[in-house]
Amino acid sequence: MSERPTYIKFGEYTEHIPANIPAAVQQATGRFLGLRQMRVSEMPQWEELRQAASNIRLHTLENLDFYLEKLEQNVRAAGGQVHWAADAAQARATVLEIAKEHNVKLAVKVKSMATEEIGLNHALEAAGIQTYETDLGEFIIQLMGTGPSHIIVPAVHLKKEEIAELFTQKLGVEAPPDPVKLTAIARATLREKFLSAEMGVSGGNFLVAETGTLVIVTNEGNGRMCTTMPDLHVAVVGIDKVVPDWETLTVLLKLLARSATGQKLSTYTAFISGPRRAAGENGPKEFHLVLLDNGRSKILQDPVARETLKCIRCGCCLNVCPVYKNVGGFAYGWFISGPVGAIFSPQILGTEAARELPFASSLCGACADVCPVKIPIPKILLHLRRRVVEGDEFAPASAPLMVRAGAKLGTFALGVPWLYRFGTRLLPIFTAPFRKDGWMSSLPAPANLWTKVRPFPAFRANFRQWWAKRTK
Amino acid sequence: MTQKVQLFITCLGEQFYPTVLEGMVTLLERLGVECQFPNAQTCCGQPFYNSGFQSEAGKLAKTWLQTFGQSEAPIVSPSGSCVDMVRHHYPELFPAGTPEHAQAVAIAQRTYEFTEYLVHVLNVTDVGAYFPHKVTYHASCHGLRGLGLRTEAKQLLGAVRGLEMIPLNEEETCCGFGGVFSVVYPEVSRAMMQNKVQNILASGAEMVVASDAGCLMNIGGGLRKAGSSMRAVHTIEILAASESNGGLKRGAQ
Repeated sequence: MSERPTYIKFGEYTEHIPANIPAAVQQATGRFLGLRQMRVSEMPQWEELRQAASNIRLHTLENLDFYLEKLEQNVRAAGGQVHWAADAAQARATVLEIAKEHNVKLAVKVKSMATEEIGLNHALEAAGIQTYETDLGEFIIQLMGTGPSHIIVPAVHLKKEEIAELFTQKLGVEAPPDPVKLTAIARATLREKFLSAEMGVSGGNFLVAETGTLVIVTNEGNGRMCTTMPDLHVAVVGIDKVVPDWETLTVLLKLLARSATGQKLSTYTAFISGPRRAAGENGPKEFHLVLLDNGRSKILQDPVARETLKCIRCGCCLNVCPVYKNVGGFAYGWFISGPVGAIFSPQILGTEAARELPFASSLCGACADVCPVKIPIPKILLHLRRRVVEGDEFAPASAPLMVRAGAKLGTFALGVPWLYRFGTRLLPIFTAPFRKDGWMSSLPAPANLWTKVRPFPAFRANFRQWWAKRTK
Repeated sequence: MTQKVQLFITCLGEQFYPTVLEGMVTLLERLGVECQFPNAQTCCGQPFYNSGFQSEAGKLAKTWLQTFGQSEAPIVSPSGSCVDMVRHHYPELFPAGTPEHAQAVAIAQRTYEFTEYLVHVLNVTDVGAYFPHKVTYHASCHGLRGLGLRTEAKQLLGAVRGLEMIPLNEEETCCGFGGVFSVVYPEVSRAMMQNKVQNILASGAEMVVASDAGCLMNIGGGLRKAGSSMRAVHTIEILAASESNGGLKRGAQ
């Protein structure tokens, strides 16, 4: 359950990261990344596919109004109903209204980032509707009372022992730390929910405009249960998820599972075009699509940051990110974490609330190298850092005044060559008391932010003197 | 015709790695290249650019362009990170159509990282160095991903007589320096650095080589913090080592 945060304290969180998180995260992400590498090496056309996918996503975003209208038409033609939600509150209200009309008491959910984004579970529970996450990972974190710590593996931070303890406590059953047995327990618990739920809720990986089709990829089969067992289905999907047609969809599907888990294709790929039309057909009697904006159309106006919306939520940038792997997903303070979270959250929540996130990167660029849709994440991080520091047409500056004053002073000193050279001569003298064996193991603030982690090398500039002597 | 280059020593290079800079001059001259040193150079502005202070970075970039724009000679630097700044970010700092933008675009074409200049401009992969030690190599992020230099330093090191290259686990994973990142989120930087240091210590090499001052400060400091006497050295220091000078110069860390 992710609540919309008012201020994300990335720095404070990183000062006391639970010791077991990095190990658990690194184990899982390392496995996914290894499998992904294997898949990539099987495909000589991988780079062309990435470029094609990037082009498709950008083209769709740049013509989003056209494709969304087409999508709406085709969902309606297929017998589904379409609702537009400008923000999270409107999306929640829409789902609640549909649920109320159908007197829903119990809802089952497919894993969905959009419903995490709008905090849907909380709203449903508050309205007296029992809500069950049915993806194993989501089921676990729902019991835990937290949000997901990874885009595709929500409980990646937990070890099997912790999950066994959780099941024992919350479900009142004897749960051994054995993944197979734990899965069986979850399955038994969820089976009865599938059978008695009046409403299925999902997100969507893609929306195919040409046929009004909702595409959901899963690995556990729970997606099919949620979309076929209850008579009512509601899908909450971001407006960025639309693709023009089936041909473009296949390009993205080729990349998605390979980038995410290293599978060629996820175990289940469900295509849902409206409600069931004839008796005996699978699917719900009623199909509702809630199209969520929630700040996306504002992002679209920014020609640099717009590429954020190309994201297909594969999670690969998390798997490869050395920052994510050492802090885990909760450091990012909202439902979406890792490099893409660091560019998405500040744009949706605003740079005031999430101003620490664009700085939560060493700018190593590993994310951009693997992103299947070629989102230039480091470039967008820099763009948002600038927004935090200098402000732009989307948000005013929000960096502390002291930091801004410091930067101005620094640029001034470095911008005057004689002053810089003068400082270069003074630094070894001023820092002499701290020096030992060519290193300075502790320095006063703010340089202690460096020396608390490792010693600082001694200032030893003499190249200019050396150069002057030899050219005499 | 003698090749001429302008030395872009970078602020970190100047403050902490003078032997790398001397080695760069020695090597270039040995290869018949004449070095010029624009004395007005300070910092390229990357720390400001990377912190979001783009207008401040723009001021330093302007000064830098004036300084290096005085000569038509190519610019060579011992830092992939600073070259990445000049090549890829300077043009973004000025609106298209302005003289500064045109100058930034033009100068980007003739600014090279040191190993890149040797391998791709001088077409040299063997500089005749001698260094009888086991080393392991850390690929610095901006040289690797920013400039696409995946093989250059290793080709040059591979031709060094006596040198044994030990593979490094997670060679291409960031060491956690990241410029201001290292002081903005010191604990994250620490975790990344420790991971790198553990891999380096486990490699069994005598020292670790990298091609950027920032990584060397971070990794070298991390090794010292871990109680190891192992050193982090710049690629140039090894390439400048020969039988006559007996290896690394004094003062290298």
